[in-house]
Amino acid sequence: MSILVNKNTKVICQGFTGKQGTFHSEQAVAYGTQMVGGVTPGKGGQVHLNLPVFNTVREAVRQTGADASVIYVPANYAADSIMEAADSGIALIVCITEGIPVLDMLNVKAALRANGARLIGPNCPGIITPDECKIGIMPGSIHRRGKIGIVSRSGTLTYEAVHQTTQLGLGQTTCVGIGGDPIKGLDFIDCLALFEADAETEAIILVGEIGGTREEEAADYIKHHITKPVAAYIAGQTAPKGKRMGHAGAIIAGGSGTAEAKMRALADAGVVVAASPAEMGVAVQQAMQR
Amino acid sequence: MNLHEYQAKQLLREFSIDTPRGIVVEDPSHAELAATGYLGGESWVVKAQIHAGGRGKAGGVRLVKSLVELREVAAGLLGSQLVTYQNAPEGQWVGRLLVEETLEIEREMYLSLLVDRESERVAVVASSAGGMDIEEVAQTQPDQILREYCDPILGLQEFQCRNIAFGLGLSGSHVGDLTRMLRALYKLFIESDLSLLEINPLVITHGGRMVALDCKMALDDNALARQQKFADMRDDTQTDSKEVAAQEAGLNYIALNGNIGCMVNGAGLAMATMDLIKLHGGAPANFLDVGGGATAETVAKAFKIILSDSQVKAVLVNIFGGIMRCDIIADGIVAAVKEVGVTVPVVVRLEGTNVELGMQKLASSGLDIITADDLTDAAKRAVAAVEGAKS
Repeated sequence: MSILVNKNTKVICQGFTGKQGTFHSEQAVAYGTQMVGGVTPGKGGQVHLNLPVFNTVREAVRQTGADASVIYVPANYAADSIMEAADSGIALIVCITEGIPVLDMLNVKAALRANGARLIGPNCPGIITPDECKIGIMPGSIHRRGKIGIVSRSGTLTYEAVHQTTQLGLGQTTCVGIGGDPIKGLDFIDCLALFEADAETEAIILVGEIGGTREEEAADYIKHHITKPVAAYIAGQTAPKGKRMGHAGAIIAGGSGTAEAKMRALADAGVVVAASPAEMGVAVQQAMQR
Repeated sequence: MNLHEYQAKQLLREFSIDTPRGIVVEDPSHAELAATGYLGGESWVVKAQIHAGGRGKAGGVRLVKSLVELREVAAGLLGSQLVTYQNAPEGQWVGRLLVEETLEIEREMYLSLLVDRESERVAVVASSAGGMDIEEVAQTQPDQILREYCDPILGLQEFQCRNIAFGLGLSGSHVGDLTRMLRALYKLFIESDLSLLEINPLVITHGGRMVALDCKMALDDNALARQQKFADMRDDTQTDSKEVAAQEAGLNYIALNGNIGCMVNGAGLAMATMDLIKLHGGAPANFLDVGGGATAETVAKAFKIILSDSQVKAVLVNIFGGIMRCDIIADGIVAAVKEVGVTVPVVVRLEGTNVELGMQKLASSGLDIITADDLTDAAKRAVAAVEGAKS
């Protein structure tokens, strides 16, 4: 078991023939992901990486039976691509693109609420179930199949958590990078619920950062609904107030969104909170021994 | 991207929202001309144009009652560094003043539109407590704050405007005035891709005019590409020069007060690296994200920006090589250290694909690069390098 993606997931790529789409689709195929085609408007009928190219997602779904899509479309067009995927019946949409205007994302979220499709991202590394399916830009080689579910707002910090759990021999079930934008698809709570229900996942690592209050909401959810051990790390303990730290969503505004408040809420919910990013693996090990 | 008050008010006027009459000046002598030639009257308000709040308390907003006083105040403010409780210790450069007419004020209110992350909607926030810090009001008098959330598909509805108008205790023609204003503000917010629009205070004058006395606007940086009309409103004098240089190089950089320069790939890991330095007794000099595809070229640019900060006594490079292989990153670091002529200790922690080869390349480069085994080791070595430089 795992969550959201596995070896049966059929994936198409939007922005398939572009530089990013090409490079990461090649990597995904090499990893063993079941890539079934791609979409680039105007290039329908061509063959790219030995896979069919379609003009529209609707056509791609009809021809390939794809149930997931990964989006590498430039920021100004990405919102439209997400809505196209949702409208075409894609159940899981993974948007890697960084820099989508926030008002576009408000519209996307309204459309998705009506449609029911799941979105991961934007501005995220993607999702991977080791040895089965890699959708996104993460390096496949650092993962080992195992028992930890990882959910994170940051790309490279996810890699740290993966690396540490691999080194400790714990391995991962599924790793979800939910992205660094303020308005995004799946959030901590959605992933926590999925990991709780997944028989293979024995413990969870949550990687948060400053900005917003989703970590606090996750803490409350953990307290009431999660029985599995959880460890967490929050980035940005030293971040100054009012400055946007790289990620569009990483900003302490008006005293809310601080790392301290998030760490306290998580610790109060029984989560083992690592003070250092080097101790995420050890922290989850500790949580499992409790 | 932040706008100046005079730019924000220009936009308000384009959307038929009443503002005080005013003129922007860059020269003290023009302030006098503005007052006598255009504004008239016997008193004026002089407002320093900087990208920070708290100007009033810092002496950046002054009521003047004679031309002599106007000239003195304008000359004193123009070209100065204005320090407020909201900006950096060195303050921000005052290059322009807004000279405005004075109004007789009956009451003050607060109004703002912003993207609310919790409801995932544009929120309209209003309060009868005008002219005050809204965060303070939210804490001390939460019942004084009115909120309406706009469905992105439907937009702001008239009934929501009435909720706010009556909630503020308005009556008569002011209800319609506020409704029209709110609808115009919502349109402006959406069409201009704003992330914040704040009118504080919104005033009603003795004559019954509803006027935006002060206004703050910020644009969504992600939307700048499609908002070309704002391109020439950018004012780089308001931002740390290193941050401006980094932006031009496509890097995410934020200056801090410590002495360990940081170069990291990924925003989350960059924040985590700062935390780690602090945890081991050091102080980070900056936040810097070189991005996912760190190349020799971006690494060299990043070194130059970090080292342009004279406080930096050591540099910590922390790269998790994912798609980009560690040996290629190592080549980039070696080339950059040689090219830039780095004179402070450089601690490098690499992890990921081809890490052994990468570390080997660093070790055999003949350069004074300290390699670290892991995250913790890297932070400890960087802190020790700074301590060593002191003694």
